[in-house]
Amino acid sequence: MTSPSTPRPTSSSTSSSTSSSTPSSLSSRERILGRVRAALADEPTAPHPARGYLTSHTPDDPTVILDLLHENLADYRALVHRAEESELPSLVADLLAKHGAASVAVPPGLPASWLSGTTVERRHDEGATLTPYDLDATDAVITGCALAVAETGTIILDGGPGQGRRALTLVPDVHICVVRAADQIVASVPQAMPRLDPTRPLTWISGPSATSDIELDRVEGVHGPRTLHVVLITEASARGERGGTTGGA
Amino acid sequence: MSGTYLGMPAFPKAAHEAVRNDTLRANLRHATHTIRDKRAVAVAELDDWTELREAGKQIKDHTLSRLDHYLVQLEESVTAAGGTVHWAAYADEANRIVADLVKATGEGDTGKREVVKVKSMATQEIGLNEALEAEGIAAYETDLAELIVQLGEDRPSHILVPAIHRNRGEIRDIFRSEMEKWGRAAPEGLTDSPAELAEAARLHLREKFLRAKVGISGANFMVAETGTMVVVESEGNGRMCLTLPETLISVVGIEKIVPTWRDLEVFLQTLPRSSTAERMNPYTSMWTGTTDADGPEAFHLVLIDNGRTDTLADEVGRQALRCIRCSACLNVCPVYERAGGHAYGSVYPGPIGAILTPQLRGTASEIDASLPYASSLCGACYDVCPVAIDIPEVLVHLREKVAEHGGPGHRLEKAAIKAAGWVLDHPGVLAAGERVAAKTRRLHPKKLRGPGASQWTDSRDLPEMPAEPFRDWWKKNRT
Amino acid sequence: MRVALFATCVNDAVYPSTAIATVKVLERLGVRVDFPAAQTCCGQPQYNTGYRRATEPLVRRMARAFEGYDHVVAPSGSCVAMVRDNYPRIGRKAYAEGRGSALTDVADSLVPRTYELTEFLVDVLGVTDVGAHFPHRVTYHPSCHGLRMLGLGERPRRLLEAVRGLELVELPGAEECCGFGGTFAVKNADVSTAMGADKVRNSLSTGADVLCGADNSCLMHIGGMLRRQDAPQRALHIAEILASTEEEPLV
Repeated sequence: MTSPSTPRPTSSSTSSSTSSSTPSSLSSRERILGRVRAALADEPTAPHPARGYLTSHTPDDPTVILDLLHENLADYRALVHRAEESELPSLVADLLAKHGAASVAVPPGLPASWLSGTTVERRHDEGATLTPYDLDATDAVITGCALAVAETGTIILDGGPGQGRRALTLVPDVHICVVRAADQIVASVPQAMPRLDPTRPLTWISGPSATSDIELDRVEGVHGPRTLHVVLITEASARGERGGTTGGA
Repeated sequence: MSGTYLGMPAFPKAAHEAVRNDTLRANLRHATHTIRDKRAVAVAELDDWTELREAGKQIKDHTLSRLDHYLVQLEESVTAAGGTVHWAAYADEANRIVADLVKATGEGDTGKREVVKVKSMATQEIGLNEALEAEGIAAYETDLAELIVQLGEDRPSHILVPAIHRNRGEIRDIFRSEMEKWGRAAPEGLTDSPAELAEAARLHLREKFLRAKVGISGANFMVAETGTMVVVESEGNGRMCLTLPETLISVVGIEKIVPTWRDLEVFLQTLPRSSTAERMNPYTSMWTGTTDADGPEAFHLVLIDNGRTDTLADEVGRQALRCIRCSACLNVCPVYERAGGHAYGSVYPGPIGAILTPQLRGTASEIDASLPYASSLCGACYDVCPVAIDIPEVLVHLREKVAEHGGPGHRLEKAAIKAAGWVLDHPGVLAAGERVAAKTRRLHPKKLRGPGASQWTDSRDLPEMPAEPFRDWWKKNRT
Repeated sequence: MRVALFATCVNDAVYPSTAIATVKVLERLGVRVDFPAAQTCCGQPQYNTGYRRATEPLVRRMARAFEGYDHVVAPSGSCVAMVRDNYPRIGRKAYAEGRGSALTDVADSLVPRTYELTEFLVDVLGVTDVGAHFPHRVTYHPSCHGLRMLGLGERPRRLLEAVRGLELVELPGAEECCGFGGTFAVKNADVSTAMGADKVRNSLSTGADVLCGADNSCLMHIGGMLRRQDAPQRALHIAEILASTEEEPLV
């Protein structure tokens, strides 16, 4: 073995630690890159990966994909609802009332009609004015999303209009997320990647907060919203047999 | 790595205690068997698992073979997106950088400096919490299992579930007695129901999240072409730490890079299924530098080497750097299940730890030299590894290095191997020896003394020696 | 078809009955078997303990002993796995160390010709019913190297299911390692024993009178624990079950 054991002698890094709070400690940067290059001295570049895996595991049928999303969201204890656009205001009002929510956080750009059926206090976040403490004292949050992934039961938020900044969907205990079935669902993770913009802050959400830390058994509900409602907005014809509300917990 | 583990006894000695601890054995057996079966189901859902595994392996191999290029590219991308990149060759340097960054942010609201932490193997590896404490900075672990370990003044014993060695009753006791010393006390009448325990953690940590000025994390992946960082988690504590504080410091090993955004599509399929046996973990956060009016205003990335370049220099051993820390190998390992994570004397226990630790730290200490032998080479770890690390191959490779070093035990062993090798290269001598053993078989005792022999006969009978070796039967009956 | 028996050192010295049974099964199926006397050990214990260079003379010896045979058959999954998985590695490392391609040539020659017994019976001879008779309740432990390195799969079970009078019962936790692991059994005796104890408990829970395996090294460990407990079960190599007939029963 060429690798020395720790603790490393402090002298080996003093030159860099003196400059450690500057943006880039040059000497360590050069040392690490030099060591990488030495380690790879005679190494040919390994080939780019062969992507023999599937781009989707699901038939290319919007009804099948919608049903799969529904099923997988519910499997991880999201509460899933299907509604037509016109039914959304009353559904949202019902859900807020059911949780006894007195206040709801509203991201910039949320369609006003979504909350037109309820009188609960709206806490608008224009200019990111709500503090963490404000959010902690807010009962619920309602957002749209950027995309949903059927095979994994995932909704993805990218901070776009109607979604708000990341803290908004994190601190309140109830999150209602609206997904437009017509153009916001893909079947698989490989299909999701090209539709996402990596320069935006992205949050992938698959069910409410959970943990497996006690005896490796899954329990829902730790720090994030403990209740996640997902409303799938469908055209009248796409409601199929699975209309209404399903889900766990 | 952290000094916490220096002076640990060799693996067999540590395991000697663990196999006799019935509670520990029961806890580990229950947890590993639960997750083992679920993982198999989650993996079987994907018809293209073999191809995903191969692609994951190839992405990592390609990255490692041009690691210098991708590190520089990552640095450029992160910097362009508003982040600041720091490089740390060793643990103490990384700790110094982080401590200075925390101090530069000024005082916390409660009058003392504090940070909230996302569970991170890299910061455990470098002993960051201890280093910060020495600088007067309190580091609060926020992952439920890490919280259990921190409150219990314990050591982690699993990569994914550091408190796997604790059952729900033990966790309740720790929360009841320790939470009030760190902040909000456990609720009155707390039971051992996992849901109530999770609720207690939620209440205890919430005040810390809301007032936190600095968050510290690791990362599961860093995308070179975009500068995007990825943290995969379940509880939402990660999102809290990554989102609410004004300053975010991520400490990440240099091997965590993937070249392209698209590469994530492989690991986001293989990691959750291998790790928690989920189709997808509840929360995945991805951020690129800083964003106006969303999340921290300052982002620092501390890239650490700390033995990784030594590992990279080893043609066989470098495959350990493919590891995505899923812990599937721990969960299937029969040795881990019986010995427990603490016996490995490192933040990286189990099969991956047995090949990673001796490469990151070297094999000079008793514990590190014993790790490559902490395996029956059964191969279950290789089977489940989502990036196809041939752990048994690396174990044997490292044994060779340890044997070459030749500590006291190994010198004797080397002499014995040499003598046996000579006999085995002389079939006539071998046959003579076999005949002597056969002829004296009635005299063989049931229990033997001496190194090697007594370790066998303490628990097992020796086989009865045959009347004659096979080669003599052959000579009499077939020639 | 020139077939050589690679008895393996453990079988030669300690379990000749397994090697004899292998000869009898193969001969019953019309195969003429040779036992090249120059053979000794495949080198697995040395290699797996970290003594690769000390293994090399044994690799060369294997090549000399089995030169000219179409098939080399061994009643041991782990010894065959040693040849198949590790001889190429030994060759590659020697080559990388500038010591030429002699050892890679050995691997290239031996690997495609070397078979574990149940593989040879099912894949080469195309037989699953070998005409055996063994009226006992049997459970099967698939040793790790046969299971995971060679991928023996259902072959041993198919052979056992075809044995007349034999009742095959499922072994709980069958795919878990028994804890032998070569020098692991002594270097980490506590963990090895704990693993063995669980294997024995599972095996006894089946009510079988025989625990069958295809690797005598594992059976030495499990069988040694069974005997230490005076358990009503014995460990037995699959070759000996397959060799047993009504005319010449195994007792």
